Amino acid sequence: MTALALLPELTVSRHNPLVDPHLHIWEWQIPVYLFFGGLVAGLMIIAGVRLIALRPQQREALVCCTIGPLIGLTFLSVGMFTLFLDLSHKLYVWRLYTTFQITSPMSWGSWILLLVYPALGANALAHLPEAIPALAKRFPVLVTISDFILARVQWVVGIGVANVMVGIALGIYTGILLGALGARPLWNSAVLGPLFLFSGLSTATAVLHGILVITTPDDERPAFADFLLSALTQLTQARPLDKNIGPVLARADNSFLTIELALLGLFLLGHLTSTGIHQAAAGLLLTGSYAAVFWVFVIGMGIVLPLVLQSLELQDRIRHAIAPVILVVFGGIALRFILVYAGQESHWFQALN
Amino acid sequence: MSRFAMVIDTRRCVGCQDCVVACKTENGVPEGYCRDWITEEAHGAFPTVQLEIRSERCNHCDHPPCVSCCPTGASHIHERGGVVLVTHDKCIGCKACLAACPYDARFIHPDGYADKCTFCIHRVEQGLNPACVSVCPTHCMHFGDIDDPHSEVSLLLNSRAHHALLPDAGTKPCIFYLT
Amino acid sequence: MNTLSRRRFLKISAGTIAGLGAIDATRRVVSAASKVPKSGLQRIPTFCNVCFWQCGAIASVRDGELWKIEGHPLDPLSHGRLCPRGTGGIGAHSDPDRLRSPLIRVSERGEEKWKAVTWDEALSFIAEKMQKIKADYGPESFAAFIHGLGGTFLKHTLRAYGTNNIAAPSFAQCRGPRDVGFTLTFGDDAGALERTDIEDAQCLVLIGSHLGENMHNTQVQEFASAVGKGASIIVVDPRFSVAASKAKYYLPIKPGTDIALLLAWMNVIVAEKLYDKDYVDKYGFGFEQFAAEIQPYTPEWAYPETGIDPDTIRATAREMARYRPATLIHPGRHSSWYGDDAQRGRAIALLNALMGSWGRKGGLYAPSAMPVPAYPHPAYPTPGKPEVDNPNEKYPFANENISTGLREATLLGKPYPVKGWLVYATNLMYSLPNQAETIRAIQQLDLMVVVDVIPSEIAGYADVVLPEANYLERYDDLHTEPFKVPFIALRQPVVEPPDDQKPNWWIAKKLAEKLGLGAYYPWSDIEEYLAARLKAGGYSFDDLNRDGILLGKQPPIYFEDGAPATFDTPSKKIEFFSTQLQKAGFDPVPRYTRPETGAEGSYRLLFGRAPMHSFSRTQTNHLLMDLLSENAVWVNAAEATRLGLKSGDYVRLRNQDGEVSNRIQVKATERIRPECVYMVHGFGHTSRELRFAYGKGASDSRLITRYKTDPLMGGTGMNVNFVTIETEA
Repeated sequence: MTALALLPELTVSRHNPLVDPHLHIWEWQIPVYLFFGGLVAGLMIIAGVRLIALRPQQREALVCCTIGPLIGLTFLSVGMFTLFLDLSHKLYVWRLYTTFQITSPMSWGSWILLLVYPALGANALAHLPEAIPALAKRFPVLVTISDFILARVQWVVGIGVANVMVGIALGIYTGILLGALGARPLWNSAVLGPLFLFSGLSTATAVLHGILVITTPDDERPAFADFLLSALTQLTQARPLDKNIGPVLARADNSFLTIELALLGLFLLGHLTSTGIHQAAAGLLLTGSYAAVFWVFVIGMGIVLPLVLQSLELQDRIRHAIAPVILVVFGGIALRFILVYAGQESHWFQALN
Repeated sequence: MSRFAMVIDTRRCVGCQDCVVACKTENGVPEGYCRDWITEEAHGAFPTVQLEIRSERCNHCDHPPCVSCCPTGASHIHERGGVVLVTHDKCIGCKACLAACPYDARFIHPDGYADKCTFCIHRVEQGLNPACVSVCPTHCMHFGDIDDPHSEVSLLLNSRAHHALLPDAGTKPCIFYLT
Repeated sequence: MNTLSRRRFLKISAGTIAGLGAIDATRRVVSAASKVPKSGLQRIPTFCNVCFWQCGAIASVRDGELWKIEGHPLDPLSHGRLCPRGTGGIGAHSDPDRLRSPLIRVSERGEEKWKAVTWDEALSFIAEKMQKIKADYGPESFAAFIHGLGGTFLKHTLRAYGTNNIAAPSFAQCRGPRDVGFTLTFGDDAGALERTDIEDAQCLVLIGSHLGENMHNTQVQEFASAVGKGASIIVVDPRFSVAASKAKYYLPIKPGTDIALLLAWMNVIVAEKLYDKDYVDKYGFGFEQFAAEIQPYTPEWAYPETGIDPDTIRATAREMARYRPATLIHPGRHSSWYGDDAQRGRAIALLNALMGSWGRKGGLYAPSAMPVPAYPHPAYPTPGKPEVDNPNEKYPFANENISTGLREATLLGKPYPVKGWLVYATNLMYSLPNQAETIRAIQQLDLMVVVDVIPSEIAGYADVVLPEANYLERYDDLHTEPFKVPFIALRQPVVEPPDDQKPNWWIAKKLAEKLGLGAYYPWSDIEEYLAARLKAGGYSFDDLNRDGILLGKQPPIYFEDGAPATFDTPSKKIEFFSTQLQKAGFDPVPRYTRPETGAEGSYRLLFGRAPMHSFSRTQTNHLLMDLLSENAVWVNAAEATRLGLKSGDYVRLRNQDGEVSNRIQVKATERIRPECVYMVHGFGHTSRELRFAYGKGASDSRLITRYKTDPLMGGTGMNVNFVTIETEA
């Protein structure tokens, strides 16, 4: 009798689409949404913190406060659209807003997302004329609104706090969305909440840093980038951004990456010290079918390499480039894709197969 | 209060899938989909083999994770019997309930909503058994109220050894397999 | 001269029948209609036809659409619950690939190229050719392969035309060997609806029978009941079947050695005096000679042959004796395995006789039927020539026509040419062994007609294909098969055929009229025929239409209650020693022949049933295919590992004659002996018109090129092919 003979033979006659041979209900739409959700959460928190810390009383060319909220709104809308694409009963999507189901992370999320728009919107309005002067020229009311907000410190701080809190809620809930699903052991960890939050923060910081890097004049910039940027500047008539914040962002990104790495470690540790089913689930990432992409894309290219590069940048050993930004963004996308796909392969019956 | 449950005698079950096809015709389950299925679990090495055959479906759990995760309340517990049902026109097709079910009992109907075994509530409310229980040629399936200590299902559970599926998942399933 | 009568079925109507007095008609009002209104719910009684068991059913039509079908609560076969094939049978009505109109081929036989024609054209074509065959060769040169109740009227037309060369593959390819074995012993066969009293059996022995996967409804219901009551189940099978999983004793026998085990069991039972002595003394003939013959067959002798150790053989023999006479050794059904199958059937019969189970509770009961007078018709012409299937009584104990004998005669043109075939409800490419022989035989024909519901492989070789309305869409003749409780069941249309399909009675009648034989159909439509028959028997057609089933009074079914203990054998007793076998030059008591083994590295090919499929006719039914859409080849787990295979891998099987199967997935399992492989029969369709079934799974029939013919009765043993496994590149 060999060891193999001890495992039971399991024959299941069910062959339901999306469910068999293993769950594959969520495809690219969900990791893309989770990525954008985390990114927007990060942008909101950074912008919010900036507002609380600086309490600007006039418009300044701060990337966190000008472009940040605007791309936040854009990415959020894209993300929600991909989420909508995933629904199989789209005509009834309005049902989300006829009730609040307190035990459903998705219900929490649908209402949080509603709050994101006004918070982020107010944030954007505060600096909109600085971000897109051309628009402000066409619609002077935007200047009025911006002035109105910046004149009132409580409003500025209030918007900042709102952005921070809603941003944290947004970031954490995207993790709890998966984490609360006990049936998929790989996801079943509360650490997923802060993990997605800090991943979102690191991505947001990287994106903002990246915008600074691109918009800073540079002789070595490729011709098409130059062309795009000058066209954009002409269109918006925006002032050059304050690039002193660059190293701050890079340092912050490194902190977030380090915390993200630690949280990943805790996430896996939690599984490895839990039941056999959870150990097997963790094994999917560490040594199993997703090991290669996990170690190379998520850990290596997504966290460790940008950590090293940004450290070198901060020590002025290399100049600030776009490469770490791309790596961090890629790592954020990879983390979510791999978790969403691998999680659907983890199963309570897995131990038997 | 009533709590509906199924008690299935695995000793008598032969895994013929009559329960599967009776459910399909009774409920118009679309081709390519099934609300219930047969699982055969074989242990041991030839010729000393043990085989357990189970007719499985949604377990209409007492702690259904598919209900707690539903953002619209489409997935809910029926007022009678603890039966877990889906209101089609509240379902948005987000598939959280499919992900939440450790038994993989649900599927997305071609019309877009989440679907699964309903314990043939339309038959039960007329005093009939679910279609799978009514058709079973080995008479291995029993349906009834386990809150009633004199019901057939209660008496069976009290007199025979039995197990449910994934007891550690915390779902408190209401389908019991007599061994 | 043997006493096996070819007209044994007539004996039943003369023998034990229910009294016509107290008829337990149903009081349940079920609305019936052959013209179904377009709204509301109608429940129409009929009986199933997905397999030959023909359970009583009630179909539900909702708003003009066929909704579902359930068991008829009063039906003694189904007890109100259909098997999965019956429940899913409604899928056949909406099968997009079913035959729609009569077809005449426009190319070579087998190329599946047709033109659709009218019924008139098709039937005229057939009649013309049949008359030509009659004129040139004689009507006996037209033969038929007919399966099931639906063939009644076609047989009637053919006999009126003048031929008796009509065979059912179910004799030589299926139940024939065990029926002959039983008839040689008890003077009667095991029954088309087996006379097994499983529900009262306290010990049930299954030799290769895989009840639960083999889905004879009543038997599975009773098997489950016996399991529930804690009956002692003994399963003998190279494969750990579902039935084996419920057995007290599972004997993993080497394939082909069952006779050795049976002889060893009998040896122990006789040596230890465990048999029912009173029964044997009272009813037995030749016991002493029998006892002497089996003396050498000790468990120690049987052990190296069968692989079953002597202690187990003794323990199981004693277990059987412990519960006698309620010990039933199941006769089996498909029993054409190794070429010595009639003798194995006889060995099973003898073991039952030792247990005293024939005619006893928990064993084999005496069935009864409710006779309904036939509709009078002119006498059939006496055929001028003897039947071709068994020339010179080569197989002296065949008491039914031998289908493969009919095929051989067609191939050889001897003893006289056979120039026409009618095939009804049997896919010969799947039912007869060695497909090449069937094709070569067909090439000798001037006329090949197939009547079928689906474009089966055999239909692909026809000159004319006639589409039959399926069982939900037609009347058939009355169902009065002998059973535990006598009954009359009616099949009536539940829904209209969707296209130009016609019921078999109409086809047979119209053909008869075209052949100038209208006098044999003195009734104008089937309802008139059925009503007249029933009236002559004292029954009401309207009642039967409404209720679907009439039950008769159950006569005594056990000897103890008065069932006649008569045995239609030369000695008029249970023949432990068969002098008629001896006189014909055969073993009077079964002997064991060691089966041949295959080449090194090959596996014996075994096949069997799945509970949701029937033969090769359900792989086009979408409902049933949803339950099992392809078969798998069972390979012993260790063997699979050695070959680098795991479950789900696709392979092909190559047999000893170089025949290669379609792709089939592997089931690597601990549930089968290492030297054999197993698959469910009926898959691997090659008919291009079966678009849905095409290419799914593999066909065992294709790999059954070799067969061993039983010398007693012409049965074709098919478990004699060996395959090697070829992995995908």
